[in-house]
Amino acid sequence: MSEAPSELKYSKSHEWVRLNEDGSVTVGITDHAQELLGDLVYVEVPEPGSELDAKQACAVVESVKAASDVYAPLAGTVLEVNESLGDSPEAVNRDAYGNGWIMKLKPADSNALNELMDAGEYLEFIETE
Amino acid sequence: MLDTVGVSDIEQLFDEIPANLRSRPLQHIPPAMSEQEISRLMLQRAEQDGRPLCFIGAGAYEHHIPAAVWQIVTRGEFYSAYTPYQAEASQGTLQLIYEFQSMMTALMAMDVSNASLYDGGSALAEAVLMAIRANRKSKSQRVLVPTTVHPAYRDTARTIAGNQHIELLELPYDEQGGHVSMDSLADYEGEDIAALVIAQPNFFGVLEDVDALTDWAHRNGAMVIAVVNPVAMALLKPPGRWGEKGADIAVGEGQPLGVPLSSGGPYFGFMCSKQQHVRQMPGRLVGRTVDRDGRAGYTLTLQAREQHIRRSKATSNICTNQGLLVTAATIHMALLGGEGLRRVALACHANTRRLVEKLSSAYLRPRFDRPCFHEVVMTSSLPLKRLLRPLYAHNLQPGYVLSDDYPELGEALLVCATETKTEDDLELYRDYLARAIDKQVSAGCPVQPKMA
Repeated sequence: MSEAPSELKYSKSHEWVRLNEDGSVTVGITDHAQELLGDLVYVEVPEPGSELDAKQACAVVESVKAASDVYAPLAGTVLEVNESLGDSPEAVNRDAYGNGWIMKLKPADSNALNELMDAGEYLEFIETE
Repeated sequence: MLDTVGVSDIEQLFDEIPANLRSRPLQHIPPAMSEQEISRLMLQRAEQDGRPLCFIGAGAYEHHIPAAVWQIVTRGEFYSAYTPYQAEASQGTLQLIYEFQSMMTALMAMDVSNASLYDGGSALAEAVLMAIRANRKSKSQRVLVPTTVHPAYRDTARTIAGNQHIELLELPYDEQGGHVSMDSLADYEGEDIAALVIAQPNFFGVLEDVDALTDWAHRNGAMVIAVVNPVAMALLKPPGRWGEKGADIAVGEGQPLGVPLSSGGPYFGFMCSKQQHVRQMPGRLVGRTVDRDGRAGYTLTLQAREQHIRRSKATSNICTNQGLLVTAATIHMALLGGEGLRRVALACHANTRRLVEKLSSAYLRPRFDRPCFHEVVMTSSLPLKRLLRPLYAHNLQPGYVLSDDYPELGEALLVCATETKTEDDLELYRDYLARAIDKQVSAGCPVQPKMA
């Protein structure tokens, strides 16, 4: 059974979003997504400063058997990326909601967060998917 | 067979493809021929080449190939153009490709090599696409391509990259030197350029100032794509050591490494890069690993970026269908060794210098004053077409006439003498040419007399 912490928001493309105190959001892929992918061998992160549209492909997670795009769950500017994934992509497998974060965004519109699913809705969504 | 798969006619198998995307029946395919007929046709075509004494280089070079090379290549274990589908079951093939990659990285002083591409021209096009993907700091999709890069490579790059909104900007060459001078880069100082292409030697055979060009590119945030002759790299500074940081990608035509001229193909392209760009590299890569008992084994690596997994997002849409030529190149390099290859390069350089000395006269002289590898541009005060006609008649190919590609050079001939040419060959060329000049000069004075 996949985990989905209740304080986070979720997208249908399996990204999680955490609202930080300063108004920025941290983005990663969910525990369910990392489980489907298997052992990650590479994570390609976006360039800090780039402007992303909602649902724009902005990162790549590559496992031994597949490679998938990560989509921006909401529109915004990339503030920071998790450079340590370059050397240890397995952090996404071990700690998807912690050390496995991928990027920090400054949302273009903070209301966009409300359009995402909460933990209950997300768990239900992956059941039916 | 249609019964077995449960369809009534072959058209049903193509149902999914919209009618407007289907090609009409092929009109220009001749009827099938028997083995006897096709052998005869191929023999006739091969004889049209006429086995001339050849002083043409211009991208394809005649080198001595040890007899063992193609003898070994045609062994059953090697005799396939493809990477096998159950790749890991064919450890021998994988090991050979791994050896090829290791040799190429050593020759280029680069970190990684792929298993080969189609040819030099498409290798440059792929390098341009790769640089655009890999240079994430650059947003411009603009690549500087000197006109000293092989004209056919530039055409190929334009065909492939030009349709992907990538702009290839031409850099002129220096009038005296025939190289890319730093002055021509001044216009682009501080501009957003994704990559700079540097040919070494360039199409004129001239050596570029690779260190200064490489450092300029890196200072301006551009990646460096080296287009090199692999034989020359046994002698000259390899791309990985150009400037302070080295070239980012090195590509070229692999033909000089054990592949005969054979009327222009098949040849193969090679591509090496720095480790940090490996995931943007097209083509297949073979890696060495250990099995669970700790024994060495070979495997295809980085397959997740290939088209069967990443579909339209693939960074690799090219497989190793030049495998047989790579096999030849690997055996060729193994037989020659680094020192052997270096001696070939030295002999080519020395032969070409001797040839140019012998050919130089009041009517024909070297056009550029920079050092050359094994090709030299010579300009003539006499019209080349008429001058060279008797040499062709003597089954001697005197060089590549540059007037179509570089009309501004006037009557210009690109000559090349590899290690295959003997002193007698060079003298024969000199004698035929002297006679041809004589005929032109005495028959019609350079200052045309008025005919009544």
